[in-house]
Amino acid sequence: MTAAALIAILIGMGLLLVRALLGPTLYDRILAVNAIGTKTVLVIGLLGYVMGRPDFLDIAMIYTLINFVTTIAILKFFRYRSFQVPLARRIDPAKEAE
Amino acid sequence: MAYFLGLLAALVAFWFGNSGHYKPLMLGFGSVSVLLTMILAYRLDIIDREGAPYVRLPQLIKYYPWLAVEVVKSNWVVIRACLRAELDITPTLTKVKTVCRSDLARVTFANSITMTPGTVTVEIEGDKLLVHGLYESGTEPEGFFEMDKRCAAACDPKEAR
Amino acid sequence: MADFLANLGSFWEILRHPLGGAACLAGGLLIIISSIGVLRFPDFYTRLHAASVTDTSGAALVLIGMALMAPNWLVLVKLLCIFIFLFLTSPTSSHALANAAHVAGLQPRIGPVGAANPEDKT
Repeated sequence: MTAAALIAILIGMGLLLVRALLGPTLYDRILAVNAIGTKTVLVIGLLGYVMGRPDFLDIAMIYTLINFVTTIAILKFFRYRSFQVPLARRIDPAKEAE
Repeated sequence: MAYFLGLLAALVAFWFGNSGHYKPLMLGFGSVSVLLTMILAYRLDIIDREGAPYVRLPQLIKYYPWLAVEVVKSNWVVIRACLRAELDITPTLTKVKTVCRSDLARVTFANSITMTPGTVTVEIEGDKLLVHGLYESGTEPEGFFEMDKRCAAACDPKEAR
Repeated sequence: MADFLANLGSFWEILRHPLGGAACLAGGLLIIISSIGVLRFPDFYTRLHAASVTDTSGAALVLIGMALMAPNWLVLVKLLCIFIFLFLTSPTSSHALANAAHVAGLQPRIGPVGAANPEDKT
């Protein structure tokens, strides 16, 4: 039954790949890549169960965080065309003076 | 100081939950990595009220089960919209005003709106949120009042309310 | 009483593997449904809603299924960590996507789409 769930998630990944290839705008493609990343986490976890040793969960945990950082980095790059812009909170100079 | 100890306890618990090895060598490596993380967090200057929100943990634990029920309810609507033979969605944009004062409460409110399928927070400007919804009936500003009140109760400090 | 509790424990040991497998399978079906939604919906903002079904209920069901089949408590702690990370980061990244598209000037499609709109027969 776990193997069936694994195959179902892989089918979902295939459908999203079609959206990533078709996607009319850039943001559709990023959305598809982000959703594929979420599914990859689940696939890594389930693969450990199918193969009988659930030790792959460490890798799945790291992949969750890497997926998030990747999405934010891609979005930042396409907004500023550079990785060097600081993402700090904008401080209002009028409030700062008070 | 209390936030410092809170971060230390959380990191130690995280290491013990993830390693599963309790030999002296491994414990030494673990304490070294916890210490390095603490030094990094101190240099990043993120040990403050937002970096370690353990004080409000009981209220947050009361809030999240209610949110889970809401998420399941709105999931059903979106799943039905996906599987209809003919699409019958009416995408809408609405402005929602929030009563939350602190940044943490606003982030929790916007995160909850985004987490329920069918509504996404597009932009936050001061105390106004721009929300994009899948159906007109699920996106009225009145529909978010209860979530807003619960977020303010869960995250705002007492003196700000 | 102790007898009854021991019976309950062994019953649970037998029952939890089929239950976990069923939860994983239900999560997989929800993931396929949301992928179909991502393919079908007309513009970017509506596709975002379909993708968030995967991020919440699909992932939650698969993770609950894996937790029911967990062989020891270390695996449970790791699954809990994945659950917390996933549920803190996925709304944040979908908000970042929506905000970036809005700032870049991508206009959402407002008003009825499909069957409710007479001039829109695709």
